[in-house]
Amino acid sequence: METILQVRDLSISFTQYDRGTRRRELPVIRRLSLTVEAGQVVAVVGSSGSGKSLLAHGILGILPYNSRMEGEIRYRGQPLTPRRAEKLRGREIVLVPQGVTYLDPLMQVGPQLRMGRRDARARGESRRVLERYGLGPETERRYPFELSGGMARRVLIAAAAMQSPRLLIADEPTPGLDARAAGRILGHFRELAQEGAGVLLITHDLALALTVAHQVAVFYAGETVEVASAADFPAGRLRHPYTRALWNALPQNGFTPMPGAQPGPGEEGTGCPFAPRCPRRGPECAEEIPLRPLAGGLVRCLRPEGGDGL
Amino acid sequence: MSLEGKNLSFGYRKKGRVLEHLSLTLAPGERLGLSGPSGRGKTTLCKLLAGYEKPAEGEVLLDGRPLYPCRGLCPVQMIWQHPETAVDPRLKLKESLAEAGGAAERLTEALHIQPAWLERYPAELSGGELQRFCIARALVPGVRYLLCDEITAMLDPITQAQIWQLLLEQAEQRELGLLIVSHDSALLERLCTRIQSL
Repeated sequence: METILQVRDLSISFTQYDRGTRRRELPVIRRLSLTVEAGQVVAVVGSSGSGKSLLAHGILGILPYNSRMEGEIRYRGQPLTPRRAEKLRGREIVLVPQGVTYLDPLMQVGPQLRMGRRDARARGESRRVLERYGLGPETERRYPFELSGGMARRVLIAAAAMQSPRLLIADEPTPGLDARAAGRILGHFRELAQEGAGVLLITHDLALALTVAHQVAVFYAGETVEVASAADFPAGRLRHPYTRALWNALPQNGFTPMPGAQPGPGEEGTGCPFAPRCPRRGPECAEEIPLRPLAGGLVRCLRPEGGDGL
Repeated sequence: MSLEGKNLSFGYRKKGRVLEHLSLTLAPGERLGLSGPSGRGKTTLCKLLAGYEKPAEGEVLLDGRPLYPCRGLCPVQMIWQHPETAVDPRLKLKESLAEAGGAAERLTEALHIQPAWLERYPAELSGGELQRFCIARALVPGVRYLLCDEITAMLDPITQAQIWQLLLEQAEQRELGLLIVSHDSALLERLCTRIQSL
């Protein structure tokens, strides 16, 4: 199977001006690694502010000017240089962005989908792609403010699917959709994967991710803390205490709110960023912690969850 | 004593109504869940009840009297699905909060709002961070009904559970009536005293 995307030890940091002209480096993503094979849906799950969206922007080469990226991104075996990313994005590599504010508020939906093309074929395509996502032809003449939250979301997805992509990066594609529509959208991602594309699904919605993803990478404070297969979750074969807490917080499980908050960028200190909230922490957690294989997945923890079938 | 939408109809265009003769009552201390497919008018209903749109027909009553026009702080406040559309992009968050009368420190602490955020502009915060700020803003004293339109749809499960724990606590203490719009049936079942579908 072809490897579509390979990210190794990716770090992204921002240069900020603190006070006056004093500059500081703010690390947002640290040592991130993941692989997306053709035909696979890989979900990146993490809370807001954990740097998930920046991963997408890093791959596409659309990070802001005051950012710095280190590490390696390979697309179909070749390094994804900024130049190559620029050529491929919007064609082979497409993004379904997070905010509905990514739509042009002054342009009707139809012309936005067609990106300047006016021929009959483009019109047919845009109509078909809208229909595929359950939107009628009248949607073409609507302006973004006339769309409901869920409809706007589907328009964003339609815009990405117009391009028949090889790598689809979806950044929070489901909030605002009802369970049926969300299931349908995720089904379409899976469909695109079955046709040979790789899908990177960036989301905070663990329950939904588990219905469609093959693999789940869990993110905490800019680090990958665990890579697990989707089946590991309901089976209780989880490795990292944070992953366990996420699972237990779902309304259908325990709805248990673990106290505390994830540290912001630059506040992590040394060692495990989850340690201050961790029920299993020990003195050794203040050291550098490697991502290591465990029970068919990966974990960045010195005291991983033991029992539960591991 | 209740918030009442009576026989509400509304459409954004001349043709095609989003809501047609819809009625609903929300009592203090009650938590009413609202579910339904997207595009069915859930947000529009919230906007009517909160006074952001005027119904084409019908009226919104608070304790039996027409709620709008409303002077000063409106006792019915809406928390929006997309927080980035609910704050002035050119004001620092501190200034937005001051417009609403400021938030209690205990509240901002419970919502994990870091003091440094208040010095930033909305574009410098993530969606989840901004949403917590909007919730703090909506919980100023004098508010009696909260319309929560998919307010935790963009949050991770742990933060979602934290926020609802706080909101339920506040609602109980202050006898707030909550209208909770969500697509997540598991969430509505956890939270609501009554569920209505649109």
